[in-house]
Amino acid sequence: MTALDNTLDNNEMVLNMGPQHPSTHGVLRIVLKLDGERVKSTDCIIGYLHRGVEKIAENRTYVQFAPYVDRMDYLAAVSNGLGYCLAVEKLMNAVATPRAQAVRVILTELNRIASHLLWLGTHALDLGAITPLFYTLREREAVLKIFENYCGARLTTHAFRIGGLQYELYEGFEKEVEAFCGQFLPKVDEYEELLSGNRIWRERLRGVGIIDAETCKRYGVTGPVLRAAGLAWDLRKSQPYSGYEQYEFDVPTRSSGDTLDRYFVRLDEMRQSVRIIQQAVANIPAGPIMAKIAKVVKPPVGEAYVSIEAPKGELGYYIVSDGTTHPYRLRVRPPSFVNLQALGHMSKGALVADVVAIIGTIDIVLGEVDR
Amino acid sequence: MKKFLRSFLLLDLLEGLWVTFRHQTPSQIETEQYPSDRPAVSERYRGAPRLNVHPETQETLCISCNLCAVACPENLIVVGSVRNPETKRKDLVTFTYDLSRCMFCGLCEDACPVDALELTQDFEIASYTREGLIWDRQALEEGPRPTQYRQ
Repeated sequence: MTALDNTLDNNEMVLNMGPQHPSTHGVLRIVLKLDGERVKSTDCIIGYLHRGVEKIAENRTYVQFAPYVDRMDYLAAVSNGLGYCLAVEKLMNAVATPRAQAVRVILTELNRIASHLLWLGTHALDLGAITPLFYTLREREAVLKIFENYCGARLTTHAFRIGGLQYELYEGFEKEVEAFCGQFLPKVDEYEELLSGNRIWRERLRGVGIIDAETCKRYGVTGPVLRAAGLAWDLRKSQPYSGYEQYEFDVPTRSSGDTLDRYFVRLDEMRQSVRIIQQAVANIPAGPIMAKIAKVVKPPVGEAYVSIEAPKGELGYYIVSDGTTHPYRLRVRPPSFVNLQALGHMSKGALVADVVAIIGTIDIVLGEVDR
Repeated sequence: MKKFLRSFLLLDLLEGLWVTFRHQTPSQIETEQYPSDRPAVSERYRGAPRLNVHPETQETLCISCNLCAVACPENLIVVGSVRNPETKRKDLVTFTYDLSRCMFCGLCEDACPVDALELTQDFEIASYTREGLIWDRQALEEGPRPTQYRQ
């Protein structure tokens, strides 16, 4: 069904959800075709937050474009920065120094925790559980404080530069990160106590928005949604980047692919992230933080695609270089945009109230969907 | 039977409630009472820009090299200078920084070779007008001039 298709059966109606609906997590508009309370089809209308980031890239130098990637998935700005820097470094045949790589891993994993925490809080809030939001935001605050101490910004961090890092670690960074890791795991158990044991939460989520691994693959869905459907596909394991092969961690999976399983997968991912951070922070190699690259970033003619495991799924950057200081073309493969395609499949036959749960469980950020 | 008793006595819900009550102690309040309680921003915080002057001579440190203006992704810095015929150096005349378009990425302060341009810890830069966000050299060197109200 398209937005203009206005042929309806007698008992059908069209409901416009968004773009101001608080539970669409931004400016997503969904046109729902309903039969009573049952959803017959959904039609996503996006673009309310379109800023033309890919076009902006063509008018900026490689260095100048780096702050803009933070503004796509603004809840995982560090992951975006890492993907972009890795893509340009691949174009230039440069590799970040071991010290820079270790710091990058620590910060991106902290960002994964922060992103999942905000997801957990808002997802629970959407479904009527107000309490977890305050606790998750409290823990997220600790992560954001580390970001602020390290690079001077909390959300749009611009933490990484092409070739390594701009800032040396501040005094007490390791201690702060270790302290966070130490007190964070009991906090995850606390969320479990609040939600996992709660029968209202379980019954509300079980069997809602089921998607199997095969359908996920057809839609190109990645990230926790895919892993909750039973496929242990994690780019950190399957094609390691930035030194992820040195760290020991598991890829949490579940089998039934419903909203409850996606909740469990994300909680387990936070625990695994803590494991990675603890390994990385225990031995940050000494040495320079910036690889030896030319001051003016001018990659040779060619193209490169790099994808990383962002909190929401596979985040890819495809850059075509024509040998100048500006990218000839830059294309982003945002996880939210691709995962959002599965909304129609997941919400078919569901109740209207479940659509809110399904949008929340896909974990989209509209800045990234619209770019 | 045990399961029935658990669900009948609402034990799972009470466990969640117990978590909530554990957090009732006033020592765990995280809310900051801004503005009476000033938030401590970090040392590297990227806030309002400042054009540093020499602490003794009060002369600007800026050498009008224009590198910050070139580095800026938004092209919001304009450096005006004249060539001094005696010293053969450029003397800074005007410096305009359009804060309304700034995204505080810090590329300008990274580019500055003499630490003249700096993003400071000042985060209160709201203005009633767009023009008020376009800072000239005086505002950059001495800080913004907020409206003074009569008592």
